[in-house]
Amino acid sequence: MGLKAYVATRAILTVPMLVILTTIVFLIVRVLPGDPVLLHFGKQVNPQAVEQVRHILGMDKPIHLQYLDYMAGLLRGNLGIAFSNYQPVSEQIFSAFPATLELTLYSIIVAVLVGVLLGARASSKYASVGDTSIRAFGIVSYAIPVFFLGLILQYLFAIYPNELGHSLLPATGRISAGDAPQGGEFFGVHLQTGLYTVDALLGGSLSQFLDAARHLVLPSLTLGIALSGVFIRITRSNMVDVLGQDFVTAARGRGLKERTVLYSYGLRNALLPILTVLGLQFAALLGGAILTETTFAWGGLGTYLYRSIEGYDYTAIQGAVIFFGLLVALVSLVIDVLYAYLDPRIKY
Amino acid sequence: MRKEGAGGKMVVLGSGMIIVLVTMMVLTTFLAYSGIYYPYNPNLAAVNCAAGKLCAVPPSPKNIMGTNQLGEDIFTHMLYGGSTMIQVAILSVLICLAVGVPLGLFAGYVSGLWDRAASLAMDSLYAFPGLVLAIAIASVLGTGVVNLAISIAVVYIPSYFRVVRSQVLSLKEYPFVEAVKVAGARTPHVLFRQILPNVIPSIAVIGSINVADAVLTEAGLTYLGLGVPLAGVLPDWGWDIYYGKTLFLSGAWWAWFFPGMMIVLLAAGFTLIGEGLGEVWNPKLRR
Repeated sequence: MGLKAYVATRAILTVPMLVILTTIVFLIVRVLPGDPVLLHFGKQVNPQAVEQVRHILGMDKPIHLQYLDYMAGLLRGNLGIAFSNYQPVSEQIFSAFPATLELTLYSIIVAVLVGVLLGARASSKYASVGDTSIRAFGIVSYAIPVFFLGLILQYLFAIYPNELGHSLLPATGRISAGDAPQGGEFFGVHLQTGLYTVDALLGGSLSQFLDAARHLVLPSLTLGIALSGVFIRITRSNMVDVLGQDFVTAARGRGLKERTVLYSYGLRNALLPILTVLGLQFAALLGGAILTETTFAWGGLGTYLYRSIEGYDYTAIQGAVIFFGLLVALVSLVIDVLYAYLDPRIKY
Repeated sequence: MRKEGAGGKMVVLGSGMIIVLVTMMVLTTFLAYSGIYYPYNPNLAAVNCAAGKLCAVPPSPKNIMGTNQLGEDIFTHMLYGGSTMIQVAILSVLICLAVGVPLGLFAGYVSGLWDRAASLAMDSLYAFPGLVLAIAIASVLGTGVVNLAISIAVVYIPSYFRVVRSQVLSLKEYPFVEAVKVAGARTPHVLFRQILPNVIPSIAVIGSINVADAVLTEAGLTYLGLGVPLAGVLPDWGWDIYYGKTLFLSGAWWAWFFPGMMIVLLAAGFTLIGEGLGEVWNPKLRR
């Protein structure tokens, strides 16, 4: 099987996965004990009003018709209407998504940088004090709840300096009040990504960019550090493997500098497993993003999901959960294809 | 040239931490429920606070870790606050073992259509962001130790399934399995008496890492307000952080910091055991 056929098969296999995934979520939210409409409105509401809401939401139909409605809606990108304000859930999700994307992108950079650099360093000092302390850091970063790490950093670098009268870093939000970057005009086309750092640059405003970047520091450090443990472990164990191989000994024998051996020979050959882990960690990344966003009042999907939980808004919860699932399925598809391109040894 | 691995030491250190923590929880739960020793009853502490007044007191000789907004002693919370978390975590791992392991054994052994269907379903679940799925289930099932354990278990069952299934795929080709089959053993005997014992090391590794994951997921759910509601005489570290968040701007860091550190210790203990066991049992990593 050639590369194209592999990509096609892999893409087609994603379809049943998505169907199963969306069905599972539908079953969880609609079929498990507990009536979403009643849970949302409490018990004081009069029965007529509840029936009316049921009708508006299409929840007065038999469950299998509701399922077909939902699946048909999904194909058209329609995730239903939110309980709380009768707005389309998909619109709300799309407007919240860029914030989450921006946070996760910068967090991945932090996680990979911290993880790969520390992991490579640990492998070069194998079984020394340095190696042990890096591994200890890895275990603690794995074991620390991401929101707890967030609170610590927030307190240390935003709240506490504020008490002392210095404003070091902002504690919450994506940008200083009322200052959302609007993007810019390029060749008559208005470009706006919803990523504030990018939009600020598109609009040519350095001060807005710096403001957005300052807001990003603590949330992306929090999420990045919490994820770095996995990257430390995978980099370290793969590097230890690679550095023990003959071609590395040969390189050392030719008198190459240790730094060259470590990074050009060792790290380069340990990069593929890191890519795989990156794909596998994407789901964890999104989970962490929910908690990080809640801590830093970051107006993305995590905050949206949190508010929906608080308001018992089941269509919104269902929509957000399915959106997260779709995202992970797509990313793992992309990573698998990328992997196939990058590793010539893979036979399909 | 290579030194002995650190795996053994990690297991010992992790087990030590867990033994201390679990003993502490069992003891304090017993003391609290039997009414023998519970120095700061959360229901009584509130009485000591004037209405509307913030009672969070910084660490002092009287309360070495300070008190929270209700005037409750944080050190007592540290000792008494882990029982819900550990119950949920252990129960969820037991559910995972009861469902994931037999399913993986069976799927790997029989192959064919059943295997493919189960694998597809498990892969779909596995690909899902765990916390998000747990949120969906917990928000519908409602909170409570069992419901929360189920929500968390669903997320982690696929990990057990995958590991067990892939091991069975290679184990079933070994001569000792052939020999037992030729001798006329039934499938359950082959699966549970011959193959299962060989899979146990891998199960132990992912089981202990999973307890850590379950602890963190439970803490995360509590942080989002989906935790087991506080009732009776026991405080809870997760809720301490949840409520501590509201004290954030007043600067009462001790009210959430110390309980949070206990969660880190609990999760780190199980992570150490898992990683250490993995290193001890996996010849590729043992150097």
